Amino acid sequence: MSDPVSTPALRKLRFHVLRHDPRDATSVPHFQTYEIEEAAGMTLFIALNEIREQIDSSLAFDFVCRAGICGSCGMVINGRPGLACRTLTQDLPADITLAPLPAFELIADLSVNTGKWMRGMSERLETWVHSLQGDPDLRRLEERMDPDLADRIYELDRCVECGCCVAACGTARMREDFVGAVGLNKIARFSLDPRDKRTDNDFYELVGNDDGVFGCMTLLGCQDVCPKDLPLQTQIAFLRRKMARTGLG
Amino acid sequence: MKVIYTDVLVIGGGLAGLRVAIGARRRGHDAIVLSLVPPKRSHSAAAQGGMQASLGNVIKGQGDNEDVHFEDTVRGSDWGADQQVVRMFVNTAPKAVRELAAWGVPWSRVRQGDRDVIINGQKVTITERNEAHGLVAQRDFGGTKKWRTCYVSDGTGHAMLFAVGDQAIASGIPVHERKEAVALIHDGSRCYGAVVRDLVTGELTAYVAKATAIATGGAGRIYRVTTNAVICEGIGAAIALETGVAALGNMEAVQFHPTGIFPAGILVTEGCRGDGGLLRDANGHRFMPDYEPEKKELASRDVVSRRMEEHIRKGNGAKSRFGEHLWLDITLLGRKHIEHNLREVKEICQYFLGIDPAEKWIAVRPAQHYTMGGIRTFHTGQSRTLKGLFAAGEAACWDMHGFNRLGGNSVAETVVAGMIVGEFIADFCESPEGELDIPMALVREAMQAERAKLDALLNGHGPEQADRIKIEMQQIMTDKVGIFRTGADLEEAVDRLQKLLVRSRNIGLRYKVDGPNPELVTAYRTQKMLKVALCVATGALARTESRGAHFREDYPQRDDSVWLKRTLATWKDPSDTLPSLAYEQLDVMSMELPPGWRGYGAKNYVDHPDTPNRASALASLREKMQGADRHAVQAAVMPYEHLLPERFRGRNERIDEKLP
Repeated sequence: MSDPVSTPALRKLRFHVLRHDPRDATSVPHFQTYEIEEAAGMTLFIALNEIREQIDSSLAFDFVCRAGICGSCGMVINGRPGLACRTLTQDLPADITLAPLPAFELIADLSVNTGKWMRGMSERLETWVHSLQGDPDLRRLEERMDPDLADRIYELDRCVECGCCVAACGTARMREDFVGAVGLNKIARFSLDPRDKRTDNDFYELVGNDDGVFGCMTLLGCQDVCPKDLPLQTQIAFLRRKMARTGLG
Repeated sequence: MKVIYTDVLVIGGGLAGLRVAIGARRRGHDAIVLSLVPPKRSHSAAAQGGMQASLGNVIKGQGDNEDVHFEDTVRGSDWGADQQVVRMFVNTAPKAVRELAAWGVPWSRVRQGDRDVIINGQKVTITERNEAHGLVAQRDFGGTKKWRTCYVSDGTGHAMLFAVGDQAIASGIPVHERKEAVALIHDGSRCYGAVVRDLVTGELTAYVAKATAIATGGAGRIYRVTTNAVICEGIGAAIALETGVAALGNMEAVQFHPTGIFPAGILVTEGCRGDGGLLRDANGHRFMPDYEPEKKELASRDVVSRRMEEHIRKGNGAKSRFGEHLWLDITLLGRKHIEHNLREVKEICQYFLGIDPAEKWIAVRPAQHYTMGGIRTFHTGQSRTLKGLFAAGEAACWDMHGFNRLGGNSVAETVVAGMIVGEFIADFCESPEGELDIPMALVREAMQAERAKLDALLNGHGPEQADRIKIEMQQIMTDKVGIFRTGADLEEAVDRLQKLLVRSRNIGLRYKVDGPNPELVTAYRTQKMLKVALCVATGALARTESRGAHFREDYPQRDDSVWLKRTLATWKDPSDTLPSLAYEQLDVMSMELPPGWRGYGAKNYVDHPDTPNRASALASLREKMQGADRHAVQAAVMPYEHLLPERFRGRNERIDEKLP
């Protein structure tokens, strides 16, 4: 077996990071450049921490799992939204421009408030199973579900709410209240789930408008950047047809 | 002074904390959850492989029940666990899976008929029962007699966290994000809430509550090589320790997961081995059967990790520029299985190693993974020494894992503990004890004390750099307090950590702003983490035996005659540089499963003097009750059901065990 960590030529990397602290009245958004040496297997997680440890202890950014699972580290990497923790520097040119995700409230530098946005979206779209009965009897066998259906629900449930789809969305830039591909995917997920007793009419109330499924301009940015490869366009198209039918019916 | 009042303050927004809050809220109590990050980003999401619950739906799980799960868990713990708590847990776990199913978790389901699986390196066809079709499926995991691990592909924790997180939103529970509890407010006998720092503005707020619950997860980041998320720094345990009153239990019990990706330490799930993956050495040889003929790759994690390191020491490691490692081979599972059931693993291999695991082997080496120890509590989750303080999940030691946790039991514990502790917190709030006379002077003093500490860091000009100290601490822990421990190494570790602690009191910041200041955060957390690290190292040094994940090369025997006891660490005075250790004896005469051989690992232990007596008492009791049903026998041997909150009592239905 070969050494799993390939050995790229060591380069000097220049990181151009968009910096700003909106709570500091004297702060002006600007790019700051940091130079570090590339290492084998270096990810943006490793690089940014090295910059913070060795060059600039004030640099703000967010990482949690650093394994591509939690969705904390969405940022714009050379113009494209993505998860920084699983982006290898060897796949990038030596000049790397990093900016915070647009469309979210800026906390500082590369850190944005996706949590607040996602909670607001969840509250609006009521992204939970609405069952008609109360709590089930937990001592009894669980309700059955077709194995394929469970897999299909999970396929849509894999969204990590990183916000990349919102950052890449033309509509979201124009319409502040647009629920984004993340929100529409949630509706698709819950409408697929037989445990959720909401009807198409109920879902229409939530997304049957220009802040919902009719706001999408089919630019496909969301699907291009989704780190989890969710079938967002298919889901949105499907939902749009269903909602149009519901609206006309 | 800004003060926020609530009934229940939950510190930590992962699965345990959210479920505690939901439980309290459903009983009519207001709850606020504090979280360092948006709660759906919590480390619970990283639990890939699954959650143990003895549903017994799949054919390889047939015959599973609470008794089998109980025995597996106690053996896994190397008899360190509180057996009544284990009983509470195994009886509630199936209910937790079923609750989560109702809340929308898309559990992978049983499909009737034939399917091919890999068992012991061989392709085997098994046939699922028609009557199981559509019920929640289980996979194999280490240290278990039956296939018991319920799963959602390999995104189990993620799916659970999102379902529970959305339930918290549905219940209208506020989550205050990017807030960090930096101290508990207490008077030495009762906890009144916490001093909380806003990680964005730097502002301090006092959160005053009838009950305060810590659910901040583990402390993996005191180690350099860990699978844990960067937020798992043990700060919840540390602020409990800093009360001087609350105790941390068994902090020396630290689990190393066999398959951390080398060298980054990112986890690949035990499900890889559960589904049939093999460990191989530099020569491609499958070595685990040489050491563990019975359980092979699926012995408990402590045993597999030790065998791997042992094998590397014998010169069988694959060499790379970062050091030596072994290989995890899942190619035999086939592309379809990997892309369907081990998707996250595939993504991780692709993004972090640049390989396709359906074709190439994965470089792995054991990495710190789980903190068995934590805030010592009663079975209710309440601290034994500080009233009004509760803990749940990995941050707690109520103690269901003892000295080694089984895979699939942690994500199960988060929700089970959340359910149980949530009820007990509600009970507490409704009891006279829960009534609160708020001592505002105490609140003000606590706020001032924390403000002063932060100001000292912000205004100080000490020569020490926070991140340097932190990295040195992590390196000491990984090098000296790891899988194989010796008295000499541990003495050195304790000595060096103490010096680091003293130095950490002299940190100067390069960046002196009290807003979003990562350096300031590293500074005050490092001071706290060092105390937790010292609890681990001193506990390990004092424990002159080997038990579960705690392995002393100079004391390789498990010694029940001396060490069948829980370590309790407290930090008596802020100026101390060492914790005070005390011990809590485990009572063999009340155990349902008296200590013995685990069935894997070295057969090397000294009995407790009570063990033969208890064993014969149990044997004669069981003989007397021959023919009685298993529940009746269990209740006679070690009653526990009275300890459970009423709503979670009762038997669990299975295909083969119908409820009337």
